[in-house]
Amino acid sequence: MNKYKTEVMVGVFVMLTIGALLLLALKVANQTVATEGDTYTLYAKFDNIGGLKPRSAVKVGGVTVGRVTSITLDQDDFTPVVELSILNEYNGFPETSSVSILTSGLLGEQYVGFQPGFSFDGVANLQNGDYLQDTKSALVLEDLIGQFLFNRGNEED
Amino acid sequence: MDHLVEVDNLTFKRAERIIYDGISLKVPKGKITAVMGPSGIGKTTLLRLIGGQLTPDEGDVRFDGQSIVSMSRKSLYETRRRMSMLFQSGALFTDMSVFDNVAFPLREHTELSEDIIATIVALKLQAVGLRGAAQLMPSELSGGMARRAALARAIALDPDLIMYDEPFAGQDPISMGVLVKLIRELNDALNLTSIVVTHDVTEVLTIADYIYILADKRVIGEGTAQEIKESDSELVQQFLKGKADGPVPFHYPAPDLKASFLGADK
Amino acid sequence: MQFFQSVGANTIGKVTAIGRAAIMLFGALVAMPRLKNVPLVIKQLYVVGVQSLLIIMVSGLFIGMVMALQGYTILVGYGAEGSLGPMVALSLLRELGPVVTALLFAGRAGSALTAEIGLMKATEQLSSLEMMAVDPLRRIVAPRFWAGMLAMPMLALIFSAIGILGGHLVGVDWLGVDAGSYWSIMQSTVDWNQDVINGVIKSLVFALVVTWIAIFKGYDSIPTSEGISKATTETVVYSSLAVLGLDFVLTALMFGIE
Repeated sequence: MNKYKTEVMVGVFVMLTIGALLLLALKVANQTVATEGDTYTLYAKFDNIGGLKPRSAVKVGGVTVGRVTSITLDQDDFTPVVELSILNEYNGFPETSSVSILTSGLLGEQYVGFQPGFSFDGVANLQNGDYLQDTKSALVLEDLIGQFLFNRGNEED
Repeated sequence: MDHLVEVDNLTFKRAERIIYDGISLKVPKGKITAVMGPSGIGKTTLLRLIGGQLTPDEGDVRFDGQSIVSMSRKSLYETRRRMSMLFQSGALFTDMSVFDNVAFPLREHTELSEDIIATIVALKLQAVGLRGAAQLMPSELSGGMARRAALARAIALDPDLIMYDEPFAGQDPISMGVLVKLIRELNDALNLTSIVVTHDVTEVLTIADYIYILADKRVIGEGTAQEIKESDSELVQQFLKGKADGPVPFHYPAPDLKASFLGADK
Repeated sequence: MQFFQSVGANTIGKVTAIGRAAIMLFGALVAMPRLKNVPLVIKQLYVVGVQSLLIIMVSGLFIGMVMALQGYTILVGYGAEGSLGPMVALSLLRELGPVVTALLFAGRAGSALTAEIGLMKATEQLSSLEMMAVDPLRRIVAPRFWAGMLAMPMLALIFSAIGILGGHLVGVDWLGVDAGSYWSIMQSTVDWNQDVINGVIKSLVFALVVTWIAIFKGYDSIPTSEGISKATTETVVYSSLAVLGLDFVLTALMFGIE
């Protein structure tokens, strides 16, 4: 066994692995926004979160500003509480901001759409740990169909 | 006389089968001791017991006065550096050249520089007549050459004791002559103690200083070559002369042929 | 009566085998940390890693290509062919990369390890090491174990990366999925910790199991030609089953619970 050849080939093997890792790191995987860099936390209560999951994106006009870190159920009023991690560089959203659960495309994944509210005197900015008051629940297809049928039925009467 | 290895009243069982039943042997320092006996009585097992690879059920094995049996693992490995064993197949490492095989124990156990190792290896290979074959792989060697290469490896660390497991088995007359000469010469030149396990009677009688004959789980005869030849034990004589039947029966133990044929259904 | 006896005997046999395997692994691991043995590991990395590279790369490429082809025909029906990228990448990183690599590794390198160590035993090389006061666990078993532990995750990463490129080849270059969406949707879906790292963890677990089985089967084999052939077969069968079984458990632990 040629020792030189062995070492060269093992070197090639290691380089290939590093190449694969680089490809995965740079082109395939996202370095989770919420875990990279400093974040602050906001909470939002929804009536229905639909298919929202931890790690879903939080977007402002299509730009990802954070991630959903956890979803729990409030034991007092039995509504879901969604914990959002927002990057520190996106701060200064006014208290009047609203969030809604949206779907990307017809079959796409669900994300949290964040609409910054108007800022005027007497309205403070959102701070770490604040609750967002204005929330719109996810659209549930079955409810929509049910409503649609109900309305049709009413019209015919 | 000084004894390097003493086997004392040793009993060894494999599963329920008794291999040795209280045998005792003494191997004198600086001599060639032969252990002979029919095939299949566990002569190799004896060497493994001496090397500490197997543990006897009863009795003791002492190397240079120290008990191999009750040794800690660490001191057993220390002791093994002073002994070496030539396996029947040679047991060369098939993925290394002859040179690297002989250099192997030196590289493992010493901190010598590569230059010195190369010199030692060349000397050892010269002693067995294979210096020219240093760069060959074990698969390119004939059986006799492989055994000689393994012998060079076995003496690489200048051990006190060397154990030969059937060194003559399956060798042509020339290789056999070479091996007999090597065993004798190495023993005298390096002041080794040798144990040769074999069933080749003629070769052994020419080189061995002292001979033990094992059969039927015990020692049936011992002495110098001359004493063995003149032994009046029937067993010993059967073994030396190679008679088909005698005290060591021709038949493997079985019920009577007639009875088993005619009486099987009764 | 005889049934119970055979069940009992089998159980005892298996349990003692696991015990022997654990002792062997323990002996090998305790013996390892010596700088002198690094070249041995590199040599084994060549044997188990580099020599498995070709089969891994070819399989990865084809599996990626087939997935793109199959996925495209299904997704295009929903107009969701943009999701081809994440589908290919997630299946490879989470499942196919680690699992198929482990199965191929068991067949390619595991069986070779078993046969090699079994033959070393049969030709008295292991015994001879012991008599030379060299611990075979340290000299023979440990380097092979570490090489297996290193090689498998490396091979799995290469497998996944090449599979993703193969998916790109078929999906983008042949079937006309938009290259931008292939990569960008993939990137927004695949998570480094959740998907890549979990895949590597899976692969490490498989490496442990496959290498361990392969080495132990060789070390514990009956040193005859029949015994070694049996041990080699058992290596492939046992390690494949262990990989598939463990994959379920690991998947349930990693991805099953949100």
